[in-house]
Amino acid sequence: MIRVVLPQPLRTLARVEGEVTLEVEGAVTQRSVLDALEARYPALCGTIRDHVTRERRPFIRFFACEGDLSHEPPDAPLPEAVATGAEPFLVVGTIAGGSGQALVTEGR
Amino acid sequence: MSGVRVLVGTRKGAFTLTSDGKREKWDISGPHFAGWEIYHLKGSPADPNRLYASQTSGWFGQIIQRSNDGGKTWLQPGTPPGEPTTTPQGLPKGESNKFVYDTSPETGKPLTTHQWYDGTQHPWEFKRVWHLEPSLKDPDTVYAGVEDAALFRSTDGGKTWQELAGLRGHGTGPKWQPGAGGMCLHTIVLAPGNPNRIYIAISAAGAFRTDDGGKTWKPINRGLRSPYIPDPTAEVGHCVHRIALHRSRPNVLFMQKHWDVMRSDDAGDSWREVSGNLPSDFGFVIDVHAHEPETIYVVPIKSDAEHFPPDGKLRVYRSRTGGNEWEALTKGLPQRDCYVNVLRDAMAVDSLDSCGVYFGTTGGQVYASADAGDSWAPIVRDLPAVLSVEVQTLP
Repeated sequence: MIRVVLPQPLRTLARVEGEVTLEVEGAVTQRSVLDALEARYPALCGTIRDHVTRERRPFIRFFACEGDLSHEPPDAPLPEAVATGAEPFLVVGTIAGGSGQALVTEGR
Repeated sequence: MSGVRVLVGTRKGAFTLTSDGKREKWDISGPHFAGWEIYHLKGSPADPNRLYASQTSGWFGQIIQRSNDGGKTWLQPGTPPGEPTTTPQGLPKGESNKFVYDTSPETGKPLTTHQWYDGTQHPWEFKRVWHLEPSLKDPDTVYAGVEDAALFRSTDGGKTWQELAGLRGHGTGPKWQPGAGGMCLHTIVLAPGNPNRIYIAISAAGAFRTDDGGKTWKPINRGLRSPYIPDPTAEVGHCVHRIALHRSRPNVLFMQKHWDVMRSDDAGDSWREVSGNLPSDFGFVIDVHAHEPETIYVVPIKSDAEHFPPDGKLRVYRSRTGGNEWEALTKGLPQRDCYVNVLRDAMAVDSLDSCGVYFGTTGGQVYASADAGDSWAPIVRDLPAVLSVEVQTLP
């Protein structure tokens, strides 16, 4: 069982509270966890990864076990503690997102 | 008794404001989608209970929301609660926020580049939906104007979206450039009585028209002058802020450009300036009285660098002559120390016998006039910055 912590806006979209738990078959990687997450909560499609490229959105980060996994390859195994459910996989909105957004929407 | 429902998109959520036909007492509902930017929400002219909303975020991207009950409840089309969230093949159904430029050989156009802020070329990248325009006849058909500029259409109630790629493929794309808000397609006007005719506007490319339902497009910018581009009268490159028409005269268009208020009497084939005695002809909004095709409204803003009203006075200007001669409407509006902006999608009119006019500000006020602009009162004063205002006249 994999534990995933979503940022509040995505919890609202997915209509969940607290942690999400997922069953992942095979290797536990960023890709397999996110595939399982999107399959269970289709409302999250496109909100964490780009619909087409499947790459992480710029203002999203992935943390686990007090480490930043954002730039790890998507098919690299996640830490054992995540794979066993001892530690959650955190999907985090960057602290910089708001200001960056404001800069490009001044003319709205 | 008839009434109105005002749909307000803000920097941090959506609100609905409802009243009876007197428009004196208001019920406020919201925030819906709290914390998200709601660039626009609008109701279907064919079914007032059908609403569409563009919910967007710099972090999490684009979401499309739909309501089938006048805004009481919302769903992401394609992922209704209680139904299986995957297709029989096991694929996710969450496609309602999937806006993919059409590059297919059959219907699409190659994804080329447009001009970046610094004049270099930059690839097209989808960022958000600025404007949703429901069909005049079919509640399940809705158009979406997006950044980077393109036009999409859904014919299944917002579940899936297809680009009308002929617009982006017009060939002038490399000369289009972002305005201060990005390179956005922000205005979609469906011509009453002619389902094949659509007007759109892009900052900063200009206005375009299709007469074949979106397959092919022509720029309609003759008469515009823009000193911020190398050739001020070029075919494209103009920063059009908003276009409006009266439903009885689909060939008469009014435009608030970056600077200049313009008018066309030939469906955009040519334009002439009607700024007249305005204190500033910079601004974002423009709209037309519901029953008087020659009565139009703008909110002058001081300049492109100073996005606030001239002299700190929030004034709507009304022309009863289709432009050139303008009167200031000030009763009930702040006439000192006011430094808010009124953004391009943030004005609307209702169609009650005494036409109501509404606008929202970046200071979070939504003002209403139940007497065609003669007097104003705030419905609310302290919302997040208002991005869009639409109104539905209810039976």
